[in-house]
Amino acid sequence: MKIGTPKEIFEGENRVAMTPDSALQLQKLGHECVIETGAGAAAGFDDAAYKAAGVEVVKTAAALWKAADVVAKVRVPDAAEMKRLRDGQTLISFFSPVADEAKMQQAADKGATVVAMEMIPRISRAQKMDALSSMANIAGYRAVIEAGNNFGRFFTGQITAAGKVPPAKVLVVGAGVAGLAAIGTSTSLGAITLAFDVRPEVAEQVESMGAEFVYLDFEEEQQDGAATGGYAAVSSPEFREAQLAKFRELAPEVDIVITTALIPNREAPELWTEDMVAAMKPGSVIIDLAAEKGGNCKQTVMDEKIVTDNGVTIIGYTDFPSRMATQASTLYATNIRHLLTDLTPEKDGVINHNMEDDVIRGATIAHGKAVTFPPPPPKVAAIAAQKKKPAAKELTPEEKRAAEVAAFKQQTKNQVTLLAIGGALLLAVGLVAPASFMQHFIVFVLAVFVGFQVIWGVAHSLHTPLMAVTNAISSIIILGALMQIGSSSFLVIILAALSVFMCGINIFGGFLVTRRMLAMFQKS
Amino acid sequence: MDFGFTTAAYVVAAILFILSLGGLSGQESAKRAVWYGIAGMALAVAATLIGPGAGLWLLSLILIAAGGAIGYQLATKVQMTQMPELVAAMHSLVGLAAVFVGFNAHIEMGNVMAMDDAAKKAAEGFAALLAKKDSVEIAILRVEVFLGIFIGAVTFTGSVIAYGKLAGRVDSAATKLPGGHMLNAAAAAISVLCLIWYFNTGGFMPMFFMTLAALFIGYHLIMGIGGADMPVVVSMLNSYSGWAAAAIGFSLGNDLLIVVGALVGSSGAILSYIMCKAMNRSFISVILGGFGGPAGEQMAVEGEQIAIEAEGVAAALNDADSVIIIPGYGMAVAQAQGAVSELVKKLRAKGKNVRFAIHPVAGRLPGHMNVLLAEAKVPYDIVMEMDEINDDFPDTDVAIVIGSNDIVNPAAQDDPNSPIAGMPVLECWKAKTVFVSKRGQGTGYSGIENPLFFKDNTRMFYGDAKASLDKLLPMID
Repeated sequence: MKIGTPKEIFEGENRVAMTPDSALQLQKLGHECVIETGAGAAAGFDDAAYKAAGVEVVKTAAALWKAADVVAKVRVPDAAEMKRLRDGQTLISFFSPVADEAKMQQAADKGATVVAMEMIPRISRAQKMDALSSMANIAGYRAVIEAGNNFGRFFTGQITAAGKVPPAKVLVVGAGVAGLAAIGTSTSLGAITLAFDVRPEVAEQVESMGAEFVYLDFEEEQQDGAATGGYAAVSSPEFREAQLAKFRELAPEVDIVITTALIPNREAPELWTEDMVAAMKPGSVIIDLAAEKGGNCKQTVMDEKIVTDNGVTIIGYTDFPSRMATQASTLYATNIRHLLTDLTPEKDGVINHNMEDDVIRGATIAHGKAVTFPPPPPKVAAIAAQKKKPAAKELTPEEKRAAEVAAFKQQTKNQVTLLAIGGALLLAVGLVAPASFMQHFIVFVLAVFVGFQVIWGVAHSLHTPLMAVTNAISSIIILGALMQIGSSSFLVIILAALSVFMCGINIFGGFLVTRRMLAMFQKS
Repeated sequence: MDFGFTTAAYVVAAILFILSLGGLSGQESAKRAVWYGIAGMALAVAATLIGPGAGLWLLSLILIAAGGAIGYQLATKVQMTQMPELVAAMHSLVGLAAVFVGFNAHIEMGNVMAMDDAAKKAAEGFAALLAKKDSVEIAILRVEVFLGIFIGAVTFTGSVIAYGKLAGRVDSAATKLPGGHMLNAAAAAISVLCLIWYFNTGGFMPMFFMTLAALFIGYHLIMGIGGADMPVVVSMLNSYSGWAAAAIGFSLGNDLLIVVGALVGSSGAILSYIMCKAMNRSFISVILGGFGGPAGEQMAVEGEQIAIEAEGVAAALNDADSVIIIPGYGMAVAQAQGAVSELVKKLRAKGKNVRFAIHPVAGRLPGHMNVLLAEAKVPYDIVMEMDEINDDFPDTDVAIVIGSNDIVNPAAQDDPNSPIAGMPVLECWKAKTVFVSKRGQGTGYSGIENPLFFKDNTRMFYGDAKASLDKLLPMID
């Protein structure tokens, strides 16, 4: 089959769906590759590089559409391109099936097969073709770079001879692929990074990237990310209020806000309201990655950079991946190549459009003269369902204080009770026992007390040496035997002598073995 | 002789003993602490030999030297895996010595009572002390002697049985004579009766009967306790040997004996408490032996145990960044600590984070695993307690269970009807992969199935722990 890539017509689009590298890989699958002249120029790949990789270069778009059996491109085809689409041809590109329903119908009527890249299901097997993720990754990275470009200070805090510089505070809203990429870039530049997401299960991922997750004081059945294929869903009004209140609290502190909150097939939710923008310091920057879907901040102007009255820069660019065209093209072309690998299972250059395959079925929106959107739910769940776990309740300072006081009171009560009982017992013994006994008894009680105080401090790992050493010193009973050995009675002498002998074994054995053990404990 | 000097020496000795125990709070200070103990003991013995124990001092010295020679032999020859046996055997000696000293006190008491006033004044040593006592003090003395002998005798037979069980000479399963705890109760009742009898007459017969009863209690009590409860038993006997010394100290009127006895007694009691807490069982239930019957139907275990060969384990270890090893009694039995240490050294040399997780009741003696690992030259700062490391399992690539079973049983948390429900366990199943080195498919000491072995991320590495590790070692590169 012939895989062809035309030059992107959309203004400002620099990416290209085929690179010399991906073309080489495609040829290994048995395909031939063809490209429109200058298609890769904006992304840094010239015609010579393609030729060197064995790609046929054609002069016009019309010739390319005619020659190719499979057309791979980046942007949704425009009207002119739709006209060129023909029966039996396969088109692989971004193609928002909801917004461009008419075009989808048109393609189906023509008998063409359309694979929409944003419809690739989010299952592990399909990650290698997930262009949304690979593009979002770039957008997240670029968002931070763009913010840095418009932000007048360092990201990292510094103490220099010329004065102290505080670190920048970055808030990332939405910890999807783009959000996580932004978090990673921002933390590695040295900024203090906060992150928020409506899905509490991503807190761990956020923390693993080195950012601090912003928790809400809100109790609700948290939604399960697994049910929505790993994407966020619409949240309840109460939750939204709690979320906005938290943002309002953060707005005066943060220097850079990067919003990435998108809900599939819906307008972007408004998360950064006008009063928050007003509360921000002059010189702050907002990067709205949701600008294409209306923006998380309503002041955002799509594809433009504006500065508000209070000096806050709001950037609504939607072409972040295209701004890094070389990188974006490499990744996108690889996604396309993986998709074609799955479409060419025999590696013989013959496309087998298997509609039983979850991934291919999910992404195909037009096939065999029919619209095949929306796809049936995939057979495998994208993510294992989260176990409901009780969130560790954050105690308020008052509650903590109260708990401490209660624990202290309980402790005091226990100690006083023990002391009272012990004291009473001691007195009771003192009433009946003679003075000579009491002398010894007090020594005994004190020794027990000292023993309890001392032994609690012994390290767990030294319990065996402790037993050996207490064993050795419990042979102190030898003193009794020594005192008795001088007796006039023969029987007493014998028994005492035996005791002395046994204690001798114990003393030496006990201490020596303890020493032997302790000598073995060494630090690494 | 100047007895004031002796008393002063005793005070110094007592302080040295306290410092000696206190020094065990850290590995480095412990090395100094032993010397405090040795100095204290030397001082106490020397002071006694010069002072109140001067009679036949040459014989005493010879006996101490002879005993010391045997003790030296034992201490240098013993293998670290045999520590529990050695400790138990030594407890039995203390117990027996306490019984003998107690009998001596009884005999001397009889002799002194028979003396006339003139002879009493001429009496020496211990007899002199007795001669000064009035009738109330004699009565108290009788109780003290009686208690000393009773505890000593229980300690003696108990320790002998514990030794036998630990050394494998006595079947380690919990066995009871017909009648069970009633026999113990009867023996205890006899002892109480004997005490009253002795208190009133001061004769030899009640003392004799009580000793027999106490010996029986020690024997039967420990016979009824199974192998895995040995940490509690050994620390309990440790405690008893201390109380016996304290009781004898009362009867001899010797404050140093009382102080040291009380120190040892409380130390053993605290150890027992810690061990019981680690098993989530009350002291009483351990002493009364065996595990109670299950409270209801236990959860059935589903799935199958998946075996793995050394190659698979080696591959996983080579890929892992963090490894936690959980040793148990099986490692001690197979003498595998050297091989484990070798493995750790290799893995650490490759920059992997390797640590040990020690459950408080792993092995047969409190701190048993720590000593074995120290012997194999595993640095102590990578050997962690349960509480320190339990939270780290979810971030761990590989957990290796070597010869432990109940302490890694998830049923303790998941199954309220399990006999070990509520016992704190090492949550190794939260690691990405768990390898269990085990001899066969049998159950652990408590005889309950371990659902860990059936988990999806668990692989069974069957075979003798040492042989398995030796096979594994050359494959780690």
